[in-house]
Order: sequence, then C-alpha cells, then structure tokens
Amino acid sequence: MGSDYLSVNAVVPRFGTGVMMRGVLRWPKECAGVREGGNRVAEVTVSVDGVKYSDHVEPRLLLVHYLREVVGKTGTPVGCDTSNCGACTVLLNGESVKSCSVLAVQADGAEVTTIQGMATDGGLHPLQEAFHAEHALQCGYCTPGMIMAASDLLRENPHPSDEEIREGLEGNLCRCTGYENIVRAVRRASQAGVSA
Amino acid sequence: MTAQPETAAAPAAEFGRARLRKEDERLITGQTTWTDNLRLPGMLHIAFLRSPYAHARITSVDVTAARSEPGVIAAYSGADFAAEQGSLPCAWPVTPDIVMPAHPPMAVDEVRYAGEAVACVVARDRYAAADALAAIEIDYEPLPPVLDMRAALEEGSPKVHEAGNKSFVWPFANGDVDAAFEGAPVVLERTYRQQRLIPAAMEPRSVVCSCVGGEFTLWSATQIPHVLRVMLALVTGIPEQSLRVIAPDVGGGFGSKLQVTAEEVLAVLIARKLGRPVKWTETRSEGNMTVHHGRDQWQRIRIAADADGRVRGLDVDLLADMGAYLMLVTPGVPLLGAFMFPAIYKMDAYSFKCTGVFTTKMPTDAYRGAGRPEATFAIERIMDELAAELGLDPLELRERNWIKHEEFPYTTIAGLTYDSGNYEAATAKARELFDYDGLRREQQRRRTDNDPVQLGIGVSTFTEMCGLAPSRVLGSLAYGAGGWEQASIRMLPTGKVEVVTGSSAHGQGHETAWSQIVADQLGVPFEDIRVLHGDTQVSPKGMDTYGSRSLAVGGMALVSACDKVVEKARVIAAATLEASPDDLDWVPGRFEVRGDPDKSVTIGEIALAAFAAHNLPDGVEPTIDAEATYDPDNFSFPHGTHLCATEVDTETGFVTIRSYVCVDDIGTVVNPLIVEGQVHGGLAQGIAQALYEEAVYDDDGNLVTSTLADYLVPSAADLPSYVTGRTESRAANRLGVKGVGEAGTIASTPAVVNAIIDALRPYGVDDITMPCTPERVWRALQEARGGPAGSAADQHAARQSDQTQGNSPQASDGGQA
Repeated sequence: MGSDYLSVNAVVPRFGTGVMMRGVLRWPKECAGVREGGNRVAEVTVSVDGVKYSDHVEPRLLLVHYLREVVGKTGTPVGCDTSNCGACTVLLNGESVKSCSVLAVQADGAEVTTIQGMATDGGLHPLQEAFHAEHALQCGYCTPGMIMAASDLLRENPHPSDEEIREGLEGNLCRCTGYENIVRAVRRASQAGVSA
Repeated sequence: MTAQPETAAAPAAEFGRARLRKEDERLITGQTTWTDNLRLPGMLHIAFLRSPYAHARITSVDVTAARSEPGVIAAYSGADFAAEQGSLPCAWPVTPDIVMPAHPPMAVDEVRYAGEAVACVVARDRYAAADALAAIEIDYEPLPPVLDMRAALEEGSPKVHEAGNKSFVWPFANGDVDAAFEGAPVVLERTYRQQRLIPAAMEPRSVVCSCVGGEFTLWSATQIPHVLRVMLALVTGIPEQSLRVIAPDVGGGFGSKLQVTAEEVLAVLIARKLGRPVKWTETRSEGNMTVHHGRDQWQRIRIAADADGRVRGLDVDLLADMGAYLMLVTPGVPLLGAFMFPAIYKMDAYSFKCTGVFTTKMPTDAYRGAGRPEATFAIERIMDELAAELGLDPLELRERNWIKHEEFPYTTIAGLTYDSGNYEAATAKARELFDYDGLRREQQRRRTDNDPVQLGIGVSTFTEMCGLAPSRVLGSLAYGAGGWEQASIRMLPTGKVEVVTGSSAHGQGHETAWSQIVADQLGVPFEDIRVLHGDTQVSPKGMDTYGSRSLAVGGMALVSACDKVVEKARVIAAATLEASPDDLDWVPGRFEVRGDPDKSVTIGEIALAAFAAHNLPDGVEPTIDAEATYDPDNFSFPHGTHLCATEVDTETGFVTIRSYVCVDDIGTVVNPLIVEGQVHGGLAQGIAQALYEEAVYDDDGNLVTSTLADYLVPSAADLPSYVTGRTESRAANRLGVKGVGEAGTIASTPAVVNAIIDALRPYGVDDITMPCTPERVWRALQEARGGPAGSAADQHAARQSDQTQGNSPQASDGGQA
C-alpha cells in the first residue's frame, strides 16, 4: 500500500457546509495507477530513527502518514486533524514538529526521530524512564508526542521551571493525567541532566 | 522496578504499594497496539458521508458514480443496509412507556443530527474512499431543527420523531416534600445549566472487522468488548459464538467508548457483504460530531431549610437532552444522578423528576461521572447559596447537615445505604492542607482593599455511587444487563500465573493493580503474574470497564477466584504432604502442616503436581485453575472534600485557579500511584467543564466546536498543580475498596464554580453559566450591577456595593452571550 496513503483531512472544508470530506488534491497516475489526472510523485529520502528510506510519495502525503503507513512506524499516532493535540510530534533535524502539519516531501533529506528511536541499546531514554517513574501516562496515546515535545523543550531549556514546562508542552494535549505527573516527569528528566 | 523478595513465607504486601505500571513499557516506546495500527491482508477502508443537516428528509441517494471511482470496491447508502442493520441498541429503557425510536446505524429516510451517516464508500485505502464520497449524489429536504430542549417541549414545536420530543418522565420521591417546604424559614430555588460536553478521548475511534467463513473478528477502540459482542449479535442476528470482539490497547474512553456505535455495526455488515477485512478510523472532526456527547441538562433545584441551616427537603426537576436517539445507556445517565442529589446530607424529604427530551443533536450518553457530576454540581452549588443566604461559612453549613461518621451505615433519603465514610476527617484534612482560615483572611483583606483581583474559595464535599453495580438493583432500574464481573486464575505448571479479567482497561492500569491483588492472595511474585483482558476469546465473560467499577467489582472477582484456587490447591497439598486438608495452614504462597511448618508445599509446586497429575487423590481433577463471578451487594460510595481558591480579575473576568486541594476517601488503596493519577485526570476534566469546555451548535444545528481548535480541551498551561490527600474508611467489601475513576471529575466542577461565585458574591453575582469564560464572568459582573453588559465605567462603584441581588431565583438562561 505504502505511498497511496494521502492526506485528505488536511484539505477538506469544515463539515456542516453541505460538502463533506471531499478530497481537493487528486491521485497521481504514477502512484496509484488507477486514477486519472493528479500530481507528480516526488522521491524523498528520509532518515527515520537512524535508518535511511527512499520512497516515491504523493506531494500531499503528510509526514505522519508517511511514517505510519510507508515506513511502518506506528508508534507515532494521530490524535486530531488540526495540529492541536500534538500526539504526532516527532523530531525533524532535532526540532519538534507535529508530523501531521509537515508534508513528507518537506522532510526530504532530513533526519526524523520518532518515539521508536528514543531508546538505545543502553536502554530507555531518560524521558521514557521519567515518564514511567512518575506515572506520567495512563492510556498512553499522547505519550509519544509528549515525550518528543519534552525532549525538544529540554534541549532548548535544560532546566525549566514548572511553569516553563507547562507552557513548553502547551501544544500537546493529554486527557488522562491532568498533566501533574507529566510536569513531574519532565522535571525529573531535567534533573537527571537530559538535554537532548 | 525493584524485585520482590521471593520468600513465600513472608511476602511483602503488594496491596498499598506504589508499583510502577507494567503497561508502561510498550506505551513509552511506541509499541502499542492501537486499533488503527492494525493492517490485515487485503484490508479495505471505509469512509462515511455524513449529513450536513441537523434534520432533513433524504429524498434521493445515488452511489453509482462513486462505485466507479478509482480504487473503490463498493459504495452503499442506507437502503443497502435497511434489511439487515437493525437498530442501535438502548439497554436502559427507564420507564415502561419510554419513547425509544428506531435508530438505524445508517440513516435511510431521515437524518436527525448533523453528522449522521447517510452513505459510505469502501475502497482500497482510506483516502480513495474519502475522495469518492464526492461522487455520491444525495438530496435532502431540510426539516426544522430542534435545538433547545425547553422549546422542544412546547406545544407546536417541530418534532424530532413522529412520537414527539418527550422520551420519558421518571419520577422519584421519598418523604413528605410539601411538608418540608411549607413553612420552611428558607426556600431557595435555582436553575443550573449543565452544558453539553465532548468526551474527547485522545485516541479517535477505530474499527477493524474481518469475516472469514462466517466467523467475525472485530477489533474496536471500545471500553466494552463483552457488551459489544452481545449487542452485535442481537442487532445483526449473527450468532454470538461467531463473533469475537477484541479491544486492543485503547487510548482513553471516559464513557465515550461505552457504546455500540453505528460504525461498528456497519463495519461488521460491510465485512460480511464483501468477505474482506475492513477498517474505519475517524477523524477528530468526525469524532467531535459523532462520538456521543455528555451532560446537557437543565436543573431546577429547590431547597428548604430551617433558620439554622438544617436542610428539610430537596426538590429537583431535570430536563435532560437525549439528543436525536437513545443510545446504549442514554436515558439512564440522568438517573444515576437521581440518587446523588441528596449527596452527604440528611433531610426529611426529597423529590426528583427527570424528563428526557429529544433534540436534533448528537445523542448524549455516559461521560466520566455520568449523572453524578451533574447532581453533585447542583447540590453543592445550592448548598453554597444556602450558606450565603444564612450568612454561614459553607463548610459550617455542610457540617450541620452531613451524615456523621458514627451514623454509618446510613440510608439516605434517596434510598441508598452508604456503607462507610468520614466526612469530618476528609474535611479537616483538606482544611489543613488548604490553609482555609488563612485564605479566608486574605479574601477579607482583598475585599476591604477593593482589590481588582478578588479571591474566592470554593467548597465541594461530594460523594458518589460507583462500583456499578448490584445486578438486582440494575434490574429494578430497568437496566438490561447485570453488574457482576468475572475473573479467572490460570496456574501455569512453571508456577507463573495468568489472570483473566472481564474488566477492559483503557488506561487505568489493571495489569499492574490486578497483579498486586493476586500476588497477595496467592503469595506469588508480582512479576510472575500476567493479566489478560479485552478479548472475548481470551476473556469470554465480562461486564467491562465504566462507572468506577473495575476494582470494587472486578477486583473482588479476583479475590473470589483466588479463594477457589487455594481451596482446590489444599486438596492436592494434603495429598502431597500426606496430611489432612484440615491440618494445613494457608500462608499465602504455601501450605504448611499445622505444628510442623517445615513440612510445606508451595502453590507453584502444587500447580506442577496438578499438571503432572501423577499422584492425585481419586476424584480430584488435575487443575487448580478457578474462575469466579462476583456480584456486589451494594454500590460503593467514595467521598471527599475539595477546596479551590480562585483569583478572579474583576476587570477582565479572567479566572486563575490559585490552589486546589482535594482529600478523597476512596476506601483502601491498591496502588497509590495509580490512584493519584486517576484523581489528577479527573480533576482536569471537572475543571475543564467549569472553565473551558462546551459543545456548541449553531442555529442550524451544526456543531461549531468540531475540532480541538474550537473545543477547548485544556493544556498543561491551562491547569493548576493539585494538592491531593487521602483519608480512609473501608468499603464493606473484603478488600475495602470503593473506586476512584470518576471522583475527581464529580467533585471538582462545583468546587471551581463555587470559588468563582464566592469571589464575586459581594458584587451581587450568584451564578455564572459554565464554562466560566472571561467574557461570561465579566458580563455577569456587569449584569449583577443592573446595567447592561458593557458599561464598564461604573465598575468601581460596583465594588462598593454589597450583597445585592443575592437571591435571584432564576439563573440566567444559559449564558448564550
């Protein structure tokens, strides 16, 4: 299947206007082989969690769908369609981005780190350890994005105050924890000296 | 994680230990099995066309063109399912004469809320499916929407259903209410609005269904795999034994995944039609529109009291918005609140009436707390009003009325028997943690100084009924199922243990807490236990997870199953030790011969002996596995005292929570870490109702808050840090546990709103409709001074006024501002 996953949601008009879920962009012939008209297919080369991938993708393909459906990195989930929830946060060349608001083609030549690239042979990343130790997750759906956003926060500000942690994670929603233990976990990782 | 001492003779107690969670490893490393991660060979993708009208007749649907779109395998309209789709179930027909209209999973003739599915495309991937929706030709004849449940009951209102807009009236009364109100020195009446909320679990719904040789497997992001299986069989006619339902990792529910959804039923029907696996995953916008909503009530509440504040009686008249249809437990939700309005207070009489009303909106159903937050809000709000009316401290008024700790068990005026509680202890501890007296002094100082930022202190001394529920009580309330829970213990030959539970966790940490309980009961290490759940083939019986029931019911089922294991093991141990079963002492983990503790055999050795079965006594079956089904005698009644301090900027209306203290009595605690997390999350959702969240429909019945940009789920920056504490009175079950999943949500909303009102009461404000946005707070301040909103110039003068309009009998009509 791979590259035939295209993002429709990013381009649909809002519901309730009488026209619902109409894709605006069209299939490329080259990609789907079944669709008339359409756009070019672009080649992207992306390093994901240290492994290099080259794929032909539709220009409208979102990075999160590329990661989930083409590369098979389902550790990065999708929580909304308006880049509000942050569940899909990954690092793009070391900086956190919401992978639902980046096109796969924009990641060409870049290094992407997902939650699945955080643990190393030496074990869990200190933020993963801290989220576990502080019970900073319940259902865990927001956790990948939360950890990735927190890692970028600590890179920019290795010793944030609690208020800075809260503001730094403002773009990541959690419905389970009330954030208290997430703040504690980031503080704990900060004290352990995580800076990347 | 630290290793457990292995000495079976004296295992460290797991109960009460802050074990880190077993679930976490897969969740923090991105190895989770969300339903949407699933890809089956040949799997097709479904996209639904949804009604843009709140109410319309479907005059024609033509899916022919969509069928010839590239990559499209099939396209269907409601007519294609009409013969087989049945009606989505409502398991709670609360009255014999309830109006319960048919609810086709896909609309055939008429749509009754915006977002109702009217057609679908099945394609080789999700986006081809979504693209092809544009090729569906559909015409509607718009009908008038019905959006206000009060107007819906007026004569001449357009009808949602042919049978009218009233679904049911459910009354309850105990004691002589008229006598309680007649001649009462104080009678207050208020009308409160419970706004409509969107549960917004972080994981969108997702369904995968495969059909192979007439055998169906349905994966769904659901809280209720067991209930869903039964209901799918009943709705579709597929034999129950041919249906397997799996809830893999589920990303939160909060009641929203306690449902039998149109998409689940249709996925099954489509998989059957096509003989191929199908998947549907909602977008957030679809989810906001079509995952059932919560709350949405008008509450008229009257309270009668003596001059000293003793409550004489309570009278509650609810309008509850059902939305367009009755879904799984829609009509029962307000009834769960019916028993909670009297809360922790003694009184002579109580009457309650709930009218269920149809509107052309998404149906409502269970959302965290389900009826109990609504009830708690109204009673705790009016208790504050009563305190203000009498010039009493709100905690003093509550203490004059609450059930004293020595009075338990206590049967309330609503007919519930509270088994245990200690409101004095929880309140005393909360006062101390909060510095109640110090904050009251500061409040006085700010009032005296005319500080533009006023301090308010909000009180909520709540209780709830949870641990749903004794089956016979559910039966008496016309609920369609029981309230038991199932557990099985499988003793593996290597001494390890598999625990199968009918609870279906989706973030609650059952794999950890259940391991702790079983470790203590059987004396096996925490690490040697694996908990299995959420798959009807692995865990064939269960009532699933909602209503803070997992521990109080499912945990007790575990204990019962462990008892059976021990009794079966005793027989084999006796044979092994060549002793009489009656001469053996069970020390968790091993049997010892009484008086000769050196002669012993461990539970693991017994499991191996049963597996080998070489030397079992005659007639003894070669297993010590056991299962148990536990039906509780009573609900459980967590309670607590929540205190909130808000700073309210009288010039901007902006509310800041300065401190939040809660002391909860949830009985004994298996894992304090998990408990604290549940409380935190509950508080966040309750605070969110008070300050941020509201599902808003426009005048045409379109959902305006269809994204997380419009529906304000609070972020870390929007919420305070919480101070939590606990007191403990044991529940009447063997573990002493009560339940904690909903406590924070139930308690916190009135604490926050009471704090805001407390800050502004000197300005004449006695109600603000939730969510208490800066605009609404500001407008309430303007209106309280009698001037139209907007005349900010005389704000200073208002600060000089004191206690005006404190008795307005009617709240504003919903803060439509």
